Parts: sequence; structure tokens; C-alpha cells
Amino acid sequence: MPLDEVVHDTGVRQLSYAEAIREALAQAMEADPRVFLFGEDVGVYGGAFGVSGDLVHRFGTDRVIDTPISELGLAGAAVGAALTGMRPVLEIQFSDFVTLAMEQIVNQAAKIRFMFGGKASVPMVVRLPGGSGTGAAAQHSQSLEAWFAHVPGLKVVQPSTPHDAKGLLLAAIDDPNPVLIFEHKLLYKSKGPVPVEMYREPIGKAVIRRSGGDVTIVGASIMTLRALAAAQTLAQESIDAEVIDLRTLRPLDVETIAQSVRKTRRLLIVYEGVKTMGIGAEIAAQVAESDVFHALAAPIARLGGADSPIPYNPALEKATVPQEGDIVATARRLVKEGKP
Amino acid sequence: MSQPQPKLAQRAVLAALDDATLAAALRRMHLIRKFEETAEQSYMRGLVHGTMHLSIGQEASAVGAILHLRPDDYILSTHRGHGHCIAKGADVARMLAEFFGKETGYCRGRGGSMHIADLETGNLGANGIVAGGLPIAVGVGMSIRMQKQSRVCMVFFGDGATNEGAFHEALNLASIWTLPIVFLCENNKYGMSMDIAKAMAVPHVADRAASYAMPGVAVDGNDLPVVAAATREAIDRARAGRGPSLVECKTYRLRGHSKSDRNLYRTKEEIEDWRGRDPIARLESELLQHGRLDQATIVSVRDEAQMEIEAALEFAKSSPMPDPSDLTRDVYAA
Repeated sequence: MPLDEVVHDTGVRQLSYAEAIREALAQAMEADPRVFLFGEDVGVYGGAFGVSGDLVHRFGTDRVIDTPISELGLAGAAVGAALTGMRPVLEIQFSDFVTLAMEQIVNQAAKIRFMFGGKASVPMVVRLPGGSGTGAAAQHSQSLEAWFAHVPGLKVVQPSTPHDAKGLLLAAIDDPNPVLIFEHKLLYKSKGPVPVEMYREPIGKAVIRRSGGDVTIVGASIMTLRALAAAQTLAQESIDAEVIDLRTLRPLDVETIAQSVRKTRRLLIVYEGVKTMGIGAEIAAQVAESDVFHALAAPIARLGGADSPIPYNPALEKATVPQEGDIVATARRLVKEGKP
Repeated sequence: MSQPQPKLAQRAVLAALDDATLAAALRRMHLIRKFEETAEQSYMRGLVHGTMHLSIGQEASAVGAILHLRPDDYILSTHRGHGHCIAKGADVARMLAEFFGKETGYCRGRGGSMHIADLETGNLGANGIVAGGLPIAVGVGMSIRMQKQSRVCMVFFGDGATNEGAFHEALNLASIWTLPIVFLCENNKYGMSMDIAKAMAVPHVADRAASYAMPGVAVDGNDLPVVAAATREAIDRARAGRGPSLVECKTYRLRGHSKSDRNLYRTKEEIEDWRGRDPIARLESELLQHGRLDQATIVSVRDEAQMEIEAALEFAKSSPMPDPSDLTRDVYAA
């Protein structure tokens, strides 16, 4: 089954993930004059991944702003605009380039409200296309979301479906805090049902994409889709997997995970970021620290990115991050043998 | 019987300021000086912890630069920002309470000396990161433009900040988008211990404006009327929609970088030389010389500042401490 059909509803209009994001941006700009989009090549070029598309023709160059290659300056500009009444949406062309803007995001955006004793807020959104699988190699393929999930004051979102890409972006634009949205480059063309109206999906709330009783598989973004595909294969072996889509890394919805693991007694966490010190370590620790620990029938398992930069060669690149087969094999071992 | 002194011709920059403005400016300079001396004494007595960066000797730059800003104009400040804060109209009692870590402080004891913000007076905050405020100013400028306001944003930074990429990115963005920003460099000669002459490839920070096609001017930052005149031009230009300017105030901090500084990188003679150019004494002497203010007014300006600081100290001491159970209250906005 193709990945993009795994989460289909029927009877609702289909949009791609990129189109859903564009629609959210258009609706937000129509509804609120404070909202604007800026970033490198978001204007007539339409964005490096075609996300902004024709928005510049619909909203003009004052609200869809092409910028110099100047990530630190742009992140700071988002902070300043947000502080003084605007609702900026900044596109960082590849999420890897956020490394150039760390100062403004980590020291300024995340901390201004707290440092000022709650007097100010920084309602900015940063959109970051990330992830591997495009042959773009080590500096254009990373999954750095866990870095930001480590920072109090930021919110970190990773949508897996076109529906959530729209709903979470609209929620992020409404949110009075800085929100980073890690979009997956491999998902931009994936299609799914997207309602026409403006709707919001709650930030900080995971969803159960598939119910099952034997093992809980937790993922986000493209890993949710790989987990769902793996669950189909596992079902043929009579292993019934429950798949949780995190959707948000910070704030982390541990409650939904804990409830699921209480039922399935087995937990597998799958993430594309480097496994070491990654989001899976945090989830595993939080579950292990809770009373759910006593319900576990097997050790907690993690599948994450290798301790390696993302390589160029397609076979090597694939070997660097968890694939459907890895998820099937690990879940099978957890259920059949009680070991990761 | 002595002959009456012939009245000296005033410099144009002084003549441009009326007596009330000059008295108010002098009062603000004294308020800054006394505030910082009191903060320093409180630190010595163990009443204030952490560290602080004093701007003693730089008061003409802070007060002069802000003199022609409107109340609703914005400023962004630096780690050495007490003067900017007071010059823009902050309440010294709430500032001192913040130094004492009190709940009544500007940041409810969360920020301390380096993070004071006073949104009501347009002060968008000091900054603990060198050059941290510069890119933020770009966004403030965009915001002013998009909301069709007539405001101006003035961003302060030190000489050290001008070697950060953030400085260059911010000046370029502000210039290509013709934003209403005044870039105000307080060149106090040292980035902590690093002499700017060894750190920068051009002699003046103002020279760097040429790369960004904006006016750049270097002035004596210890001369209040000169600073006020130079920034007025930059402010007017920004407000008229003609874009940003870079103003460099050459000044000197008479105290060390922070509380750990042992002055190993500069000589006593140099410090003494700059003490002779103290901006407050200079302004007072010029005002007396030209008959713009009399001795009695100067004394009363000083006394008022002293009384205000004493009341502020009382407020800071007697204010309540924050409640640790509230620690995470302001991490996120609801």
C-alpha cells in the first residue's frame, strides 16, 4: 500500500502536504493582516520545495517577502516583528540552515517572555523542511528537531499528514509562543484529505493512528507513515500494533503514550533524528520513570538515525535512518522474543 | 569690581537645545550615574548578586541618543544598558528591584541587570548576547512599516558587536528594505579586554556604513549636544522613510567590563585621561559657562536624582522575593 494512502479518509478533498501548507498560509494571511511569510526564494521562485507557490502573486511582495541568504538576520527579524504586533512565518530553506540562526531562536525567541517576567510574547512560526531521502547528503538532510525540543520556551511540531500540516500550521500561527514546524521533504507530494475550512489541530496532542493490543509504535512525521505500513505487515503475522503519531515533540504528550503502553505492554519508538540523545531517549526515560514501567513485558526499544552524517549514496542513505523493514523486525522481536 | 564676562558664542549643537530639555537631560545623566553607583555599592555589600555591566562615563551617549526619540519610539539595548533604560523613561525603583531579584522588578526577578525591558516606554529589552538586538531591530522596522506607523527603532550596541555577523546581516537587511532604524554604536574602545583597534580592520565603526549604503557618522560620545544633534538627523531620516543610519559614539567606560575586571588591558593613565572627559562634568561646565543653567539648578537636579535613587533603594530592599513555586509560570504564554 502506498504510504500516502495509509491514512486516507474517504469523501474529503485531497491535497498534497505542500498544498495543504500553502492553503493554511493563504487562509491565515486572508484572515489576519498581521501574518506574513518571508524567507529565501519564497517569492516568484515559489519556494525551494514549491510550498509558497503562487502566494506572492496573490498577496504581493509586501506579505510574501523574498530575502537575502541571511538566516540569523531573518530569525531575528521574526523575533522583532513578533514582539511588536506581527505574526511572522519564516521559511528556513533547508532545516539544516537553522544552525546559522540558532542564536536568535534559542537565546532570544525562546527566552524573551521568561526573561522579561512574562510581559512580552514572541508569536513567530519557523517552517523548516527537513529529513533525508532526497540524495542531498550531509548538510541538506538532517533531522535536528530534538535540538529545539530541548529548549524551554519553544514549541516543536512535526506533522505527518496533509491534514495535520494545515491544521498544525494554523494552530502555530495562532499560538502566542515561538513554534518550529519541521516539515518532511519526502512528504511534500504525499496526498491526503484536507478540509477546505480553516481548522486547527492542537499543538501538544498526539493521536492514535491505528489501534492495536500487542505493541505500541511511536513515531512522528514520516516515521508515523513507516510505522503504519509496518503495522500492516505485522498484522499478516497476527501481531497487532498500535501506532501513535506524536505530531508535537514539545510539549510532549506522554499521557497518550503511557496509556497505550499500559495496554500493549511493549514500546517501540521510531525517529529519524540521530538515535543517541534523541527524542526516543526522552520518551523511553519518561515511560521508564512512570508506573507504566511495571507493566512492560519487554525492554523499551528505539530505532533512530545512525551515529553518522547522512551519506550521499542511496543505499547508504537508506541505511542511515529507520525503514519499514527495521520497524517490522524490531516490533516482531519485541512481541515474539521479548527483546529489542 | 570685576568686569562682566562677555557672553561666549554657543555652539550650534547647544543652541539647538532649550533650557528645559538640557535640565531634563542633565537630570537623566545624574540619575543614571547615581543609579549605577548605588547598584555597585549594593553589589559590594552583598545585596545584589550575579554581575552587572556599568556604563559610568557613557551617560551622554545614552541620554543624547534618546533625547529626540518620541515616547512611542522603540529602543533595543545591550548588556550595558542601564543608561538606555533610564534615558527612555524607565522607573529606577523597578529597575533596582530587578537587581535585587525581587518580584516587583521589571522582570519579576527573572532577568536581572542584563534583561530589563519596559514595553510601556518602548524599551524592547536589554540583551545578554553581543549583537543580539541588531537582527531584532530589523523585524521591529518591518513591523513599523507593515503597520504604517511613524515610529523609529533605535538599536544600541557596542564596538565588540560590530565584528559579529549579526551586525552585518542587520545593516544589510535594514538598508535593502529602507527600514526606520537608527544603529547606535557605543564605541567604548574595548570588547571586554580586546582593543577595538586590534579587532577591527577599519579605524571607525562608522566606516562600515559605506558597505551598506547608509550614512555613517562618528561623534564624540561624551559630548551630549553633539550626540543629540547627530542622532536627531538619523532619527529624522528614519522617520521620513529614508532608511537607516549608523551613528558611532566614541566613549569610554570608566569602570571595568563587569565585576570580574581587574583592568589588566588598559593603563591607569588612560582611565584618568578619560575621567577628565567625564560627560556630566563637561555638560555642567558648558551650561554654566554659557549661562544656560545656573549653579542652583544644577545642584537641585543632582539632589532630585539622589532622592529618587534613595527612594528606589528603599523600594527594592523592602519588596517581596519571587515565589519558587511560580518558577515556570512565564516560560510559555497561554
